[in-house]
Amino acid sequence: MSDATIDPVTQPAPKRSSLHQTDARTRKRNAAEKRFKAYGICAIAVGIFFLVVLAVSIIRSGLPAFTQTVVSVEFTMTQDQFDAAEGELFKTKAYSAFFNNALVETLKEKGLEVESDAKAFERILGKTGGTLREFYRANPDELGKEVDFELSASSRVDGYMNGRLTRDNMEDSRFLEAADLDIVDAMITAGIIKETFNWNFITGADSGVDNPGGAGIGASVVGSFFMMLVVLCLSLPIGVAASIYLEEFAPQNKFTDLIEVNISNLAAVPSIVFGILGLAVFIQFMHLPQSAPLVGGLVLTLMTLPTIIISTRASLKAVPPSIRDAALGLGASRMQAVFHHVLPLAMPGILTGTIIGLAQALGETAPLLLIGMVGFVARGYPEGFISGFTDPNSAMPAQIYTWAARADVGFYEKAWGGIIILLIFLLTMNILAVILRRRFERRW
Amino acid sequence: MYDAPKLETALDQQDIKISADKVQVYYGETHAIKDVSVEIEDKTVTAFIGPSGCGKSTFLRTLNRMNDTIDICRVQGNILLDGEDIYHAKVDPVQLRAKVGMVFQKPNPFPKSIYDNIAYGPRIHGLANSKADLDVIVEKSLRRGAIWDEVKDRLHAPGTGLSGGQQQRLCIARAVATEPEVLLMDEPCSALDPIATAQVEELIDELRKNYSVVIVTHSMQQAARVSQKTAFFHLGNLVEYDDTSKIFTNPSDERTESYITGRIG
Repeated sequence: MSDATIDPVTQPAPKRSSLHQTDARTRKRNAAEKRFKAYGICAIAVGIFFLVVLAVSIIRSGLPAFTQTVVSVEFTMTQDQFDAAEGELFKTKAYSAFFNNALVETLKEKGLEVESDAKAFERILGKTGGTLREFYRANPDELGKEVDFELSASSRVDGYMNGRLTRDNMEDSRFLEAADLDIVDAMITAGIIKETFNWNFITGADSGVDNPGGAGIGASVVGSFFMMLVVLCLSLPIGVAASIYLEEFAPQNKFTDLIEVNISNLAAVPSIVFGILGLAVFIQFMHLPQSAPLVGGLVLTLMTLPTIIISTRASLKAVPPSIRDAALGLGASRMQAVFHHVLPLAMPGILTGTIIGLAQALGETAPLLLIGMVGFVARGYPEGFISGFTDPNSAMPAQIYTWAARADVGFYEKAWGGIIILLIFLLTMNILAVILRRRFERRW
Repeated sequence: MYDAPKLETALDQQDIKISADKVQVYYGETHAIKDVSVEIEDKTVTAFIGPSGCGKSTFLRTLNRMNDTIDICRVQGNILLDGEDIYHAKVDPVQLRAKVGMVFQKPNPFPKSIYDNIAYGPRIHGLANSKADLDVIVEKSLRRGAIWDEVKDRLHAPGTGLSGGQQQRLCIARAVATEPEVLLMDEPCSALDPIATAQVEELIDELRKNYSVVIVTHSMQQAARVSQKTAFFHLGNLVEYDDTSKIFTNPSDERTESYITGRIG
């Protein structure tokens, strides 16, 4: 209508252009779009590159942790030898001597000459005497029979077998000397040394600082499991209840605003702060046991709560208000509306948020430093279900950290192997989150 | 549709179901409803018309206290349902909403089966003692919602899988399943095509036998077709409230006339 008042003479004639010709403006716009897409692809490519580098380096460094080098020797001990060894002052040394002789004999049979050097054998195989004595004292009827012993080689020999250690880069030390490698080579030629899958790494407990070969992550997996149990049982109900109250019932005022801001801030608080809080409150004030998965779980609960509350609130918010209206309009109370209609619809989001929060907690190390789960050497499994919570134990990331800090290079690959196990757990949890989301998602 | 007979019945003397007296509604600082007094009759369809933002939906939502869910909303004045003040401190809005049902603008079935959609209200109000009772209520409600024949073979299919018109009739059936005394409808046909609209309008006329129906609508034709009483709202004021026939043929206020003839709004 207002157009009609404009003088048709002053109106410029519309420019005619062909649709088959792209004009400069459109070209520029298209170029900008193309550039932007290229940036995006570059960013993704860089991301994938780093992911691949990470995955390859983890797997390459970590896989040796899953194998162990064993020397298998057929060995017969007679009753006389047993009695003689038991009569000695240094009993295990006597056992070792018998075993070393057997080893040299075995190699000789295959036409390989090695010098019988007790020290060298000890560097390669560790203290064999102890193992033998234990075996024969426990099974005296095996005396006089041929027994096939599989003894794990030391971590240096392990490194030599999988290429970590070579003749060029090694230095003579009390752990291994260059001459010892001749014996190892002889063993390789004789075919009595081989690599096997190291079940002990997955099921075993941590070992002392000088025995990387015997270290396993099993006990700390159990520790992590009990911790996650505590986190799940506390943070899910508390977090969901808090978010339902804040989202559906709480009045909008300054006080609830303050709470909201604080929850968001808590999610960004460094985890070590929660660790020192846990140390002060749970251990020093409440006198809960140190290094216990219970305390670790409590600390990680504090850390996970904000994550769960934020994701739960987001998924409650995402439920269309028309569903609430429908329920309220039918005369449902607020609680009925929430529990019958809103919560089931928000469930996939809540579950995903919870699992992501748990996964985050599973990989958290810093707070565990302060409550004593890092320094602790988890030498055994907890005895029962309850003691699983209260007995000192380690956790997977704490165990990895401990191994990485140890001097013996053999622990280095154990740390990487531990990372592989941890990543497998995290991956499983994330896949579970995706499956749950797919499963429970309802469309409307 | 069949306008003429309806206009005649509108002239019958009816009981007052809801009586609103000098109602004010504030959204924070905004004065959304100004001094509205209206008497809604039983077994009558009352239409609220008016331009967008004039407060008709807001006023409708004060009648079953759905505005309670909005924190910043305040209501003053008296609204009596059968002579009882619904904003009295002793009134539980949950009980009120069981008596005053509501159908919303957008069809909003629960993402559950058709059966569960209908059965939800009777279940939470304890209207059915057994599964058989519930089956009866569900069938009766779906028949009243004029949708039984279309869904009787798939009662356990999700309600969200129905077409828009079917969904809205499902929502109406769901609302009547709790046996309300008043049925509030907030633009129930705005998301529907003309055929579905016709079905819903037919249904509204049917419902009038048992309920007092209040309908907010943007379509003046619809108001003329289905209602016996019409209230015209403008800028938060109730401009005119009278028999539908009078509003549409001989309005007493100039603004009503302008709106009806299409000069404003």
